[in-house]
Amino acid sequence: MSPQDLAATVAPSGIRFDGVSVAYGENTVLDRLDLTVEPGEVMALLGPSGSGKTTALRAVAGFVRPASGRVFIGGRDVTRLPPHQRGIGMVVQQYALFPHLKVKDNVAFGLKAHRTPKAEIAGRVTEALELVGMAAYATRHPRELSGGQQQRVAIARALAIRPGVLLLDEPLSALDARLRSGMLAELARLHRELPDVSILYVTHDQVEALTLADRIAVMDRARLQDCGTPEELYRRPRTEFTASFVGNANLLPVTVTGPGRVDLAGAALDVPTETATPGATATLCVRPHLVGLGPGPNALTGTVTEVQWRGSTHRVHADVAGHRLMADLRELRDPPALGDPVTLHFAAEDAVLLPAGAAREREVAGG
Amino acid sequence: MLVHSRTGKWATWSAFALLFLPLFAVPLLVILAASLSTNWSGALPSGPTTTRYAAATSGDSLQALTTSLVTALCASVLALVLGSWAALAASALGRRGKRFLDALFMLPVAVPSVVVGLAVLVAFSRPPVLLNGTRWIVIIAHTVLVTAFAYQSVSAAARRLDPMYEQAAASLGASPGRVLWRVRLPLLLPSLTAAAGLCFALSMGELSATMMLYPPDWTPLPVQIFAATDRGSLFTGAALAVVLMGTTLLVLTAVSRIRTRASYR
Repeated sequence: MSPQDLAATVAPSGIRFDGVSVAYGENTVLDRLDLTVEPGEVMALLGPSGSGKTTALRAVAGFVRPASGRVFIGGRDVTRLPPHQRGIGMVVQQYALFPHLKVKDNVAFGLKAHRTPKAEIAGRVTEALELVGMAAYATRHPRELSGGQQQRVAIARALAIRPGVLLLDEPLSALDARLRSGMLAELARLHRELPDVSILYVTHDQVEALTLADRIAVMDRARLQDCGTPEELYRRPRTEFTASFVGNANLLPVTVTGPGRVDLAGAALDVPTETATPGATATLCVRPHLVGLGPGPNALTGTVTEVQWRGSTHRVHADVAGHRLMADLRELRDPPALGDPVTLHFAAEDAVLLPAGAAREREVAGG
Repeated sequence: MLVHSRTGKWATWSAFALLFLPLFAVPLLVILAASLSTNWSGALPSGPTTTRYAAATSGDSLQALTTSLVTALCASVLALVLGSWAALAASALGRRGKRFLDALFMLPVAVPSVVVGLAVLVAFSRPPVLLNGTRWIVIIAHTVLVTAFAYQSVSAAARRLDPMYEQAAASLGASPGRVLWRVRLPLLLPSLTAAAGLCFALSMGELSATMMLYPPDWTPLPVQIFAATDRGSLFTGAALAVVLMGTTLLVLTAVSRIRTRASYR
């Protein structure tokens, strides 16, 4: 059977969280989650550790029981079903291949559990292994494979049972950086070949989420903070948390002075204010790579406090009236020195005004 | 290595030899030498002979050896089943239940085996369960004594077993029974065989509880050894002891073979 045939036999089914809360004693780890993953959609659950994203996935798998709310898979209420009756495929960070079984027996495990006719099993094992390029390793033991190979087998094992829903829990975290980007492309290809499989992808890595997901659900402190397409979240974040967690962001406290105008510590800036009322405080979000060097519209002057050379770019930190402004600039021939005065600017349409949160300036490392 | 200098290593080895030889090796060598001699009046035994081995592997002694083997086999299989069952059940219990089971299964180890023997004797000497005078009372006592070790070894291993394997199996559609038989037990196999070996060895050497219980037609080898030395036949006792030791070692080696083949990591 070819991957096309495999795709044709997967029944499309989505996932729906309906006010799902999970608590361990007094500690609420997931707070009233409402979220729908459409059939065939890739939904990334993105958040720092302890944000509740893995708990949400485990609630779908059936390994945690919600204190309240319901979980639906393909329109069926599975809240009270044991894990083995839910018809899911799952891949976890540590692969969890059965060490006592060969690769082909690992992949056949789910088929046998589903009482697939014996005559069919060998063919479907080969088909699943071919899908991830591991057919040549069928008779090896997991311990004889590298981490990346083990993860491919784990994916083949999950897909062999043709689940409508695939749960991926930080599947690439245990791999090194180069393997990770390769596997990311591989996962994207797999999803193109199996367009009806809904994927719930838990990760703390914004690059994985931005690359793979149709939509991203941003989680923090047990709650869903924001949900939208990667582009929406990146270009038009709705909260400070989203702005700083999906990509890097300069978050500056400003006061709205009039329609399309704000004040940052005495400097007047033109930015879209949309619904903000004059006099209100807000947070201005500008992506570091959209900040330019030199005079221009919305120019801000300050002092250079840090310069990092990152190969293709220079990241310049400047102190602007007590606030830190980051700029990612294409590699500079003549980078500024610490303490130099510097002028930075950004275009009005590249700025987003957010409701003032804790009015904090945040920098998220990375990028 | 903890000790680096050459003299340090020599000193360590000498200290080890001084402690190990008299405590462990010499007594066993003495038994072996005694079993092969007819006379031991001087510093060294004399009159080498193998007739005692002929006697130790025939007649009543052979009967006692098979009795010991059958008892140990039955007791360790029973203990393994009961102990593993309890250990796997305990791993699904809460903290308090686990503690209770741990304590319950430690009891036969904490209580002197003579007391266990007496308890079994009293308990099964009157109806409804009248087993006194049968081989079953010996097997039951051995099972009670060694189950603790099977329980401990399996429950320690079950605690170390990563739950992600069970969860992966369940997510693939495996019912709890299939998870147990196809994933948990195979992964626990090395500890199961280790536990089986331990139970077998303990049962083979059990004397104090057995003494209170054994019927005339079910005399395990340790009782025979005790009887022989008690009536002064030290050399016969020594030969029987060597046979007991050899048989136990043989079985343990066979079991450890399974273990090495079953270890995956």
